[in-house]
Amino acid sequence: MHPALSVILLTTAIGAGQGLFLAMITGQLYAIAHFLPVQEGQFYAFGSLLALAFLLAGLGASFFHLGHPERAWRAIAMWRTSWLSREVIVLPLVMILALAYGSAHAFGWTRPLFQIGESLQVDLSLLLGIAGTIATLALFVCTAMIYAAVRFLQEWHTPLTVSNFLFLGTASGFMLAAAYSAYLGNPLVTFYGTWSVILTLVGFISRFLHLRRNDRLKPKSTLQTAIGIRHTQIVQKAQGATGGSFNTGEFFHGQNPRLVYALRYLYLTLIFPIPVLLIGLSYVITSPRLPILAFGIQFLGLMVERWAFFAEARHPQNLYYQSVA
Amino acid sequence: MQDPASHLDGYTEIKETTCYMCACRCGIRVHLRDGEVRYIDGNPKHPLNQGVICAKGSSGIMKQYSPARLTRPLRRKPGAKRGEGAFEPISWDEAFAILTERLSRLRAEDPKGFALFTGRDQMQALTGLFAKQFGTPNYAAHGGFCSVNMAAGLIYTIGGSFWEFGGPDLEHAKLFVMIGTAEDHHSNPLKIAISRFKRRGGRFIAINPIRTGYAAIADEWVPIKPGTDGALLLAIAHELLVKGLFDRDFLIRYTNAAELVIDDPSRADHGLFYRAEMHVENDCVDPQNKLWWDRAINGPISTHTPGAEPRLTGRYVLPDGTPVKPAFQLLKERLEQYPPEWAAPITGIAADTIRRLAHEMGVTARDHRIELPIKWTDCWDEEHESVTGNPVAFHAMRGLAAHSNGFQTIRALGVLMTLLGTIDRPGGFRHRAPFPRPIPPCPKPPAGAEAVQPNTPLEGMPLGWPARPEHLFVDEQGEALRIDKAFSWEYPLAVHGLMHAVITNAWRGDPYPIDTLLLFMANMAWNSTMNTVEVRKMLADQHPNGEYRIPFLVVCDTFASETVAFADLVLPDTTYLERHDVLSMLDRPISEFDGPVDAVRVPVLPPKGECKPFQEVLIELGWRLGLPAFTNPDGSRKYRDYPDFIINYETSPGSGIGFLAGWRGKNGDQVLKGEPNPRQWDIYAQNGCVFHHKLPPSYQYMRNWNQGYLHWARAHGLIRYTEPILIHLYSEVLQRFRLAAQGKWPGRRPPERLRKRVETYFDPLPFYYEPLEWQLIDTQKYPLRALTQRPMAMYHSWDSQNAWLRQIHSHNYLFMNPKMAQANGLEDGDWIWVESPWGKVRCMCRFSEAVEPGTVWTWNAIGKAAGAWGLAPDADEARKGFLLNHLIAEELPAHESAAHPANGDPVTGQAAWFDVRVRVYKAAANEPKVTAPQFKPMPRLPGQEPKRGKWQAYVAGLFGKNP
Amino acid sequence: MTQLALVIDLNVCVGCHACVTSCKEWNTSGWAGPLTDYNPYEGSPRGTFFNRVQTFEVGTFPNTETIHFPKSCLHCEEPPCVPVCPTGASYKRPDNGVVLVDYDKCIGCKYCSWACPYGARELDEQQKVMKKCTLCIDRITDESLPERERKPACVLACPTNARLFGDIHDPDSEVSVAIRERGGYQLMPEWGTKPANHYLPRRKTQLHIRPDELTRVDNPWRKEDITPYTGEESIDDVAWAAI
Repeated sequence: MHPALSVILLTTAIGAGQGLFLAMITGQLYAIAHFLPVQEGQFYAFGSLLALAFLLAGLGASFFHLGHPERAWRAIAMWRTSWLSREVIVLPLVMILALAYGSAHAFGWTRPLFQIGESLQVDLSLLLGIAGTIATLALFVCTAMIYAAVRFLQEWHTPLTVSNFLFLGTASGFMLAAAYSAYLGNPLVTFYGTWSVILTLVGFISRFLHLRRNDRLKPKSTLQTAIGIRHTQIVQKAQGATGGSFNTGEFFHGQNPRLVYALRYLYLTLIFPIPVLLIGLSYVITSPRLPILAFGIQFLGLMVERWAFFAEARHPQNLYYQSVA
Repeated sequence: MQDPASHLDGYTEIKETTCYMCACRCGIRVHLRDGEVRYIDGNPKHPLNQGVICAKGSSGIMKQYSPARLTRPLRRKPGAKRGEGAFEPISWDEAFAILTERLSRLRAEDPKGFALFTGRDQMQALTGLFAKQFGTPNYAAHGGFCSVNMAAGLIYTIGGSFWEFGGPDLEHAKLFVMIGTAEDHHSNPLKIAISRFKRRGGRFIAINPIRTGYAAIADEWVPIKPGTDGALLLAIAHELLVKGLFDRDFLIRYTNAAELVIDDPSRADHGLFYRAEMHVENDCVDPQNKLWWDRAINGPISTHTPGAEPRLTGRYVLPDGTPVKPAFQLLKERLEQYPPEWAAPITGIAADTIRRLAHEMGVTARDHRIELPIKWTDCWDEEHESVTGNPVAFHAMRGLAAHSNGFQTIRALGVLMTLLGTIDRPGGFRHRAPFPRPIPPCPKPPAGAEAVQPNTPLEGMPLGWPARPEHLFVDEQGEALRIDKAFSWEYPLAVHGLMHAVITNAWRGDPYPIDTLLLFMANMAWNSTMNTVEVRKMLADQHPNGEYRIPFLVVCDTFASETVAFADLVLPDTTYLERHDVLSMLDRPISEFDGPVDAVRVPVLPPKGECKPFQEVLIELGWRLGLPAFTNPDGSRKYRDYPDFIINYETSPGSGIGFLAGWRGKNGDQVLKGEPNPRQWDIYAQNGCVFHHKLPPSYQYMRNWNQGYLHWARAHGLIRYTEPILIHLYSEVLQRFRLAAQGKWPGRRPPERLRKRVETYFDPLPFYYEPLEWQLIDTQKYPLRALTQRPMAMYHSWDSQNAWLRQIHSHNYLFMNPKMAQANGLEDGDWIWVESPWGKVRCMCRFSEAVEPGTVWTWNAIGKAAGAWGLAPDADEARKGFLLNHLIAEELPAHESAAHPANGDPVTGQAAWFDVRVRVYKAAANEPKVTAPQFKPMPRLPGQEPKRGKWQAYVAGLFGKNP
Repeated sequence: MTQLALVIDLNVCVGCHACVTSCKEWNTSGWAGPLTDYNPYEGSPRGTFFNRVQTFEVGTFPNTETIHFPKSCLHCEEPPCVPVCPTGASYKRPDNGVVLVDYDKCIGCKYCSWACPYGARELDEQQKVMKKCTLCIDRITDESLPERERKPACVLACPTNARLFGDIHDPDSEVSVAIRERGGYQLMPEWGTKPANHYLPRRKTQLHIRPDELTRVDNPWRKEDITPYTGEESIDDVAWAAI
């Protein structure tokens, strides 16, 4: 597939945004459970705002993918069947919840509404946080399922696509939370750092399994099934147009396959060991720069990873577009 | 979005006319919305295409609205060099004034100074008439560089040929053999027929170096080395003779096989038929005063004597002591030299395969005989209860023709089809009116220099059919009198002229310089010429005094072709949708097997800008020059316009024969022959622009010898004589020329240097020889044979200006067998050089398993000169597309027979495009990834539309971003 | 329920591209138009087409088959492109099974093209909406057209009649009979998309000649076997024959 910058930005930015939003909620939950010191509302508020900014950036990028962005509202119509439609519904919902969650903290709407058991004071922020968590997780699923649901793209058609999006998104979000905390000089940097490392490692396992699976993948469609002729030797000579077509643009990355393979090592390095090392280093050297750098490098790595995610996917239609004459 | 069913199509109307996206001439319906073209489809009532239409026909819209169109007459800017494309617009009055002044002077001084050559035009009867009336012999159409070998080879053998003159009867055939045919020629009818034939379970064998197009769906592909078809055909004929798989009855009755040929090399009439003394009407036909050797009386007898049964073989002595052999005996002796084992290494086809092909043909012909319950009477008054046929059909075209051995190869094909007994019989080859014609047809070239006189029409036809040396157009020394040297001893049967020799000869002034060359829709600065780079230089070459070597060049075309850039005067022609046209019985009609068909075009749109149909130009110019056919005795204009001319012109006063065959006579009730009918155009328009006269079944077959048909044809002006048209298995016509070369002919004889050439190639029996070019170059150094094929979605160079068709073929590759390519160190898609002894071209290669290893090939005329055809200089056509023509010489190296022999067949002059030999090697890594040679971009011409822009969204005549 | 479809006969398709441009010319000025072109007279031209003819070579020389392969939307019975469309612009007409795009609803997200394994959909890069073969819906549903012409433009144009059109759910239709009797098959059956369009395979006609067919009593050479005698000497004239 041709990796479109808009979609790369969309998925990586909202992944980080969603992860950060989850990190804020997680931080609050830990605080409620007294595992962490309670933070001021501003911490969650700005964190959520930052998450919203990433979500907005992703949404903005997505418009560049559309031929008719002015009609984007129409995309909510087919939520029963289309994961894309579902994403279009859930993404604004997450954004609203992030805004509401941040506002609840910013404006101190934390008066307990009711109490569960002996000590759990349920306030608006917690309710919004729980709703936000559900919505965010749903958004991860929706976004990932847009790809995972396309069964013709066998490289994508696996639960590992969902786990990749989930864990890589949350890892980068928690990394962002660590960077955010470090920037503020907040002690939560270690908490978020640790979680981001855990999520990064889980993400690595998921992505590694995904790569291993894809390397062993046997394309379901062949030139034989594509044109219905049983012969071991079939070669396309002409595809009906010599100057290219939509089909030769949308479904081909146009790069040397060796480059695609080489990028694998690049993004695996950028996403996994380097940020983990930098976070590890930040335990030793207290520096706001290290977590920020870790996030930056990981985010860059994720953009490369997303590029490769598209480039590695071989669409069966490509069988019909092998040669020009 | 609106419901499709309620989608309104605006005000639409449908007009019927005839397509001209190629030379096939299908009936079309042009759907107009608010006066602009919305849709063109096939006319379901049309006999030719029966409603279907091809890729080109469906893209006629983009031709009509092409930005390559010329819209104003142009004159080369004073001071600008020829070839730069610097023009200024002028009025038609000025254009006519320039032409009239110049041509009047030429006509008064020496009409030969004016040469008119036309390309793919379908009005040779008019252009030829104009040339004859002007008085110049220097006229021809594109046939000489297209397929004249196919026309001449078969017409001199069976009295008809393929394409519009005849074709395979696939309705009845059981075995169809296509040899040397790509995807062109009679394309839609052939596609319709092949499809039906295959679905009926017919067996289809394709013999071709390349498997594309029609060959793709053949049941068997027999790859053959280019230029060796003759060897294959002769070996097949050999095997047919060995196995006795020939139609003896057919040969005896309908061919000259049993006729006795004088067999005494010491005699001056050696090799001629022994002719009995009897009254002979005219030397136009092949008089039937010949003898058989009767089995029963064991002696000579007049041919076709009732009850006689002649011998086909043996050697006999006539009572007067003349030794004779039946022609078939001579053929048998000839074919004995050509066993399949001989042909195998030449053709690359295994001897067993050749034998099997022969057996398939022979057994199918013999054992699957068709009998139709149609009574008919032959020329010898014998009544036949039925028409029978041997269902083996052939189709062949330029693959055989475009070689310098093409004429004899096609003779071999004619002989093979005849041995199988398949001529004008069901399931075999069938004629189309006006064929069959006498062998050879009656028109003759001018007889000598005195035929050209100032201010006088030419004596004789510019193009004709020589039957003996006296019909050649040569001077006292036996040297050429035409600019292209057609009908000289160099190319005696050049019945379509030698267009590919015109520019070089005119440039060199050999045989003489000319003054004005008028080219009509012939792209002689690009794909219609050989040796393109040099020919372009010749067109712009000047004498030391600054005068151009070809002093005045007039180009009439619809589009800004490469040739237009070289013109001194440009005349903008219309498209086919903007003019009247006739597809006439006098020229190239569209007849069916079952009877004559001709057709017209009527304008469905007004001409764009100042475009004027070339026909109108000729008729006006003819009058301005005072040519008798176009001028009344009082000097007034004879014909108002072209439609008026078409209706009222008769070939001679009161002949009743004119351009259109349908609805003649005052009341429109005559066919073929009759008085002019003033309503003829209207009636054609009411009838789908086509006239189809179905013959009764008894006149539809065996027409060479069908008494009823021949009398009908004579009564309707198709032919002059009703003598049977016996097939020339043995060609006495060729033998006459050979005798002249041997110094035995009582009349004209070739110049000394050409004697050996004429003696060799004017063999009365088909034979195989290596193409001339291979005999003269180092074939070890240039081991590959290079071919072009015309893609089905393009018509020569015409369609690069077509926004839709060019997307299918915007550039081309050199196809080659991977084994050969790898042996030369090439990889698929590489930039390579392809080099012949005459030039080299840089292009990209594409591997193909569908080409025999000794051949490379590409699609024809995809490559374009930068800026031509309304394309931007960066167009794929100019950057990645390439032309093979650069590699093909228009002249062969000097050798004993000529200093500047044209690269063509020694009999007909047919351009030997496919003789070229090449080698291939990888382009250096640091070379630009651009085709070479490159030319300075041709500028946009005055009157051409400005740039269309990056996007084109066409909706019924409207362009724009969001119509 | 009706399911209209094309059945493409590879046995007779010669790859002439008639279907390609007849489609373009009908549709560019029709309901589904315009079909825009990019670089129409410059550089590398490309444009929107609903139908393309491709060429494949099967086997190695000399046992090569050249296959011309027209490809357009297959109007799947289970069209994977339809449910993924977020706006409902892609739909399958319930009355005849034709898969269509409503340009007014299409947002140009291209997701449907990803969900088509056949590459049948092409985004109009100028109009920014997804376009595809409509089976000439504005012809086949137009009752003002004569019956004969209520067919897709490509079907009417095809010179070899390699494109059959009809209802594959009607077992007696021309297309159903062709699929049944001539080995009609679907492309990429592994995906379960149930393409409505089918392809008919190449068929070969062979001729077998037995050796005895080459030897016949009516061999014409038998008519030439009598040698003429002109009084030459023979053994009979000179042999002694003494015992």
